[in-house]
Formats: sequence, structure tokens, C-alpha cells
Amino acid sequence: MAIKSDPVIKLQNIAFSYEQRKDSFSLDLDHLELAKGEKLFLAGASGSGKSTLLGLICGTLVPQKGEIHILGTEISALSSSARDRIRADHFGIIFQMFNLLPYLSILDNVLLPLSFSKSRKAAVEKKSGNSTAEAHRLLSALGVDVKQFGHQKTSDLSVGQQQRVAAARAFIGFPEIIIADEPTSSLDEGRQAKFMQLLFEEAEKTGASLIMVSHDNRLAKRFDRVLALEDLCRISPEAVAP
Amino acid sequence: MIIARLAWASLMNRWLTSLLTIIAIALSIILLLGVEKVRVGSKAGFLNTISGTDLIVGARAGDVQLLLYSVFRIGNATNNISMETLRDIERRPEVKWLVPISLGDSHRGFRVMGTSSTYFDHYRYRRNTMLKFEQGKPFDDLFEAVIGADVAERLNYRVGSKIVVAHGAGKISFGADHSDKPFVVAGILAATGTPVDRTVHVSLEAIEAIHVGWDGGSAPRGDQIRSEEEVRAMQLEPKVVTAAYIGLKSKIGVFSLQSFINQYKQEPVTAILPGVAFAQLWSLVGTAETALMVISLMVVFTAFFGMVISILGSLNERRREMAILRAIGARPFQVFILFVVEATVLAVVGIALGTGILYVIVLVTWPILEQATGLYLGLSWPGTQEIIYLLIILASGIIAGIIPAIRAYSLSLSDGLSIRL
Repeated sequence: MAIKSDPVIKLQNIAFSYEQRKDSFSLDLDHLELAKGEKLFLAGASGSGKSTLLGLICGTLVPQKGEIHILGTEISALSSSARDRIRADHFGIIFQMFNLLPYLSILDNVLLPLSFSKSRKAAVEKKSGNSTAEAHRLLSALGVDVKQFGHQKTSDLSVGQQQRVAAARAFIGFPEIIIADEPTSSLDEGRQAKFMQLLFEEAEKTGASLIMVSHDNRLAKRFDRVLALEDLCRISPEAVAP
Repeated sequence: MIIARLAWASLMNRWLTSLLTIIAIALSIILLLGVEKVRVGSKAGFLNTISGTDLIVGARAGDVQLLLYSVFRIGNATNNISMETLRDIERRPEVKWLVPISLGDSHRGFRVMGTSSTYFDHYRYRRNTMLKFEQGKPFDDLFEAVIGADVAERLNYRVGSKIVVAHGAGKISFGADHSDKPFVVAGILAATGTPVDRTVHVSLEAIEAIHVGWDGGSAPRGDQIRSEEEVRAMQLEPKVVTAAYIGLKSKIGVFSLQSFINQYKQEPVTAILPGVAFAQLWSLVGTAETALMVISLMVVFTAFFGMVISILGSLNERRREMAILRAIGARPFQVFILFVVEATVLAVVGIALGTGILYVIVLVTWPILEQATGLYLGLSWPGTQEIIYLLIILASGIIAGIIPAIRAYSLSLSDGLSIRL
């Protein structure tokens, strides 16, 4: 439930186009806010500006106009490495598929964000005392059998298991914002429901805000808010998004 | 730290490609350092062929030519030098000792050198090392010979073996030999790795003796033939020799004596400083060594080129990995460093492996090599030159690694979080 406090994410009067690209793609967005603990469902197929919007929120893209605030910090005015640090400290990101580094064990994949963020590592150590214990807890909570899989290479896992490991990695160190980009599209229906449930449980437990993008509106049920990407932002030319 | 761990894990994940790249780099390093070792070893061995001799005097000729025939027994003297001239030189106050040598004959492909018995006291090689007798003693009798280690080994001679000297320097004698006057091996020298090993030493008088009656240059016939007994009774003081080694009382006299000899009026003679002539000769041989060095450097760069290709080739399939790292909060610069570290690890491991293998090879083979070719490699820590080479190579490896790293950097900057496959 949305709690009355400063918004976790705030986008204002955004105008964006890819400067280095020759196409005339542009994205405009008037206003978007996400409250602490809020769960937002963004409905839209690929081609609706999804990647661009996520890039702006996560700080890999910078708008030509407008302001983007993350947890009260205007990241659109920060240097790229400062934006990278914001992302490392406050974001957990789950991709559609291939979320894991194939050359690390499952446990190391989950622990990886802690190597890039001191504050997340400190938060984990404060709460669980030990990063590995926290990774174990998360993996178990997300239904991954740590004893069986913990030290295996990720390529041995099923896609469903991989997505759960990816979720565990997104949640480690209690980031304030979880971004999930079609996290269930590679799963079958039964697994989708299970995954969504785990995602919600964990988000509620840590109080993280959640933005999930999907073209599958059936998944929108439990979200606090549902927005259609085409209503939220205007892109031109239409349906030529990256 | 995390970047180093990731680089290591990533390399391990592609262990076969990594291993092949490392092997390619290691092989190129073995080649490069091997060439360098042989170069340094052969140069040192070469420069140490003769030491303790301050001047070499012979008939007027180029420095290199005189060095070639007097020390390496390669080629022939244009002319002889008379004993009178040598005696004039020997009387000079600078001279401590003078050893005449006489070349021209051979024994089954090995040069026969006439000299005085003091030769064995004065000839030095490799930082003033004296000749040692493996067996026997210096020649004493007119028909005694002292042979080098190679001669003894190749022809399976022992002290007491009889040898026949052929006229001229060819490997096959065309019937013109000195079979009427065979020599007995009196001593065998220990291996030196110098042309001494391939030389048959006899006395100057012996050279005269076997040539009695050969005045026209062809074998004596009929009444010109003299028996051993007749020859022994003759006055065999040589009138001419091929060259002479000279040792001085003090190095300071070397230039005054050299100019005395070079301006000697009665006979056209030349004196050379062995060191100077060696340097001249080496500069001729040096072209080949430079070519060898350039080729091995090119092999090293080919190995790095292979490394760059393999990393660049893996780049596309690793864009996913780069997007994941960016999502976790890695800066594009950290992605760049990841690739540079991977290339550096490959280069360092390749260089270390190559250097290690080369040293093992040297350790195992150098005694054999020295015995067989006289090439003294020696097991020493890498010299300054080698360390400089290795550092340059390491730097080139890292620079080579920067090429794919720049590409990875720009890809991860433009891809951001989107995974393009």
C-alpha cells in the first residue's frame, strides 16, 4: 500500500531522444511518481518505449529535458558514475531472461550486488550478520534449494529456477526499488503465478517499491496501480522503439 | 577486487580458449627468449673464443679475414709471414710472448695447425681459461700431435692413435697426403667450445718436415721423397708461418706495437686487436641475429593478435553479461577494466609459462648443447635485456587487451541495461 511520504521515483516533464542515433525516436513523459512500497504495473509490448523508460529510471540514460528524482536525489543532474552508484545502492533489476553470469555459482550470482555496493553489504551484515546467510535465506524464500544448487553453475538450472535466483539477487541488501522487466515471460503459467507470489512476498517483507513491465495484463491483478505505457509516455515515431 | 575475481571466473569459464591463447603466448615467449639466449650465448662464446692475446699478427689483410683464419681456421691466409719479421717483433720491448702458428694442412676435415709448445700455456679462452689436457701431454717429438676434443670424439682417437695429415684444407684429399709421415696422438685437449676443439696441433717443425720435397706444391716424387729418418736429421727451422699470437707485458703498449707492425717496412704485415676484429665480425653476423629477433617479435605480436581476436570474438555473446553487470551497478569503466584484466591475466600467465618452460629447456639441455655445439647458454636469472623485453611484451599485451576493452566499454555504454543478442 502506498504510504504517504516522499516519492521513491519521480519523473517530471521528460523529453528524451538518442543523440547518437540517426533515427528520430523520442520519448516524452509528463509525470510519473512511485511511492515507497508501491507496486506499479506498466503494461506495454516491446516498442512502446519500455527499454527507454527503464533506462531513464535506472540512470543509464539521461533525458535532454526534465528531472528524474530517485529517493529525493535528482539523478538527471548527476554524473554517470554517480548514477551508477545510485543504481548499485538502491535498485534490484530482474530481466526477462539470462539474468545470471554463467561463470559464477548461484550463490556468487546472488552475492554479486554486494560487491558493487558498500551500503547494501553493510545493510545485509547489520541484519543477518553474514552475506552468505542472507543469500541462503533469500534463495530459500524464493524456492531455490540452496543445498542442492547453491554451488552449481547457473547453466544447470531451469529457466524458472534462474528467474528465482535473479529475484534473490535483486532483493539482496534491501534495495528500495525493484525493477522487473517481463520477468515471467519465459515461464509457463503455473510458474508465473508462483513467481509473482514470491516476488510480492519478498517486496512486502522488505518494503521495496516495485515496477514491473509486462505485456501480459493478467499479471496486473495484485498491483497497486496499473498504467499503460502508451498513456504514460508519447513516443515518436510510434512502434519503432529500440 | 571483485573485477579481478570476475575476470578470473570468466577466463576459467572459457578455459579452453584461454588455455589456447596462453599456450600461443607462451610458445612465442619461448621462441623470443630462446633466440635471445642463443644470441647472448653465441656472442659471449664467440667473443670468448680467444682471450689473453693482445695482438694477432699476419700477412697484410683485412682485420676480419686475419681473425677468421688465425682464430676460426676459416679461409686461408693470403700470404705467409716470415720468421725474421716475427723475430723483429718479438724483440720489441712491449712483447711478453709470441706464439707463431702455421696453417694449411688438414686431417679428415679438421685443420692441422703447427705451433710452438708454448701455445698451450698462452692460448686462453672464455675469460682467461687455460687449455686443459683430457689425456696425454703436449707434443714433444717431431711426429706427435695434440688433438682437440671434437677431433678425438668424431674420429674416435685415443692417445697413441696414428693419424695421417692431408695436404691442403679439403675434407677429401685427392691422393695428396702425407701418409709417408704419420703422426701419433700425444695428447687430447678438454672441450672448450672454441675452434681449438676441431684442430690438430703439431709442432712447427713437423709442418716443415712433412713438406720436405713439396716445394712445387705437389707431392714429391722419386728421389725427392725423404724417409722419416732422413727428415729427422734435417734442419727444420721454419722460415715462414701463417700468423702469430702476441701477449704484451702491459696493455698500454698495444697501440704502439700495432703501429710498429702495421708500418713494418720489410714485409707487409698486419696486427689486429682481437676484440676490435671480433666486434667487426659480429656486426656482420649481427644482421642475421637482428632478423631472427624481428621474426620472433612478430611471432609474439601474432600471439597477442590472436588474443585480441579471441576476446573480440567473445564480445558479442558477452553483451548480456555486460548488461547484467551494468544493472548491478557496474560502471562502464569497470567493464573496461574487466576486459583489460582478462587480457592482462592471459598475457602474464602466458609470459610466465613461456619463461618457465624456456628455463626448464635451458636447464635440461645446456650441458648437452655446450658439449655438442660449444654454445654456452648458462643458467642465469633473466638479464636486464630479457627483463626489458618481457616488460615491453607485457605492456603490449595489456595495450592489445585495451582494444577489445574499449569496444566493450562503448557497447556497455550504448546498450545500458538492454540485452541485445
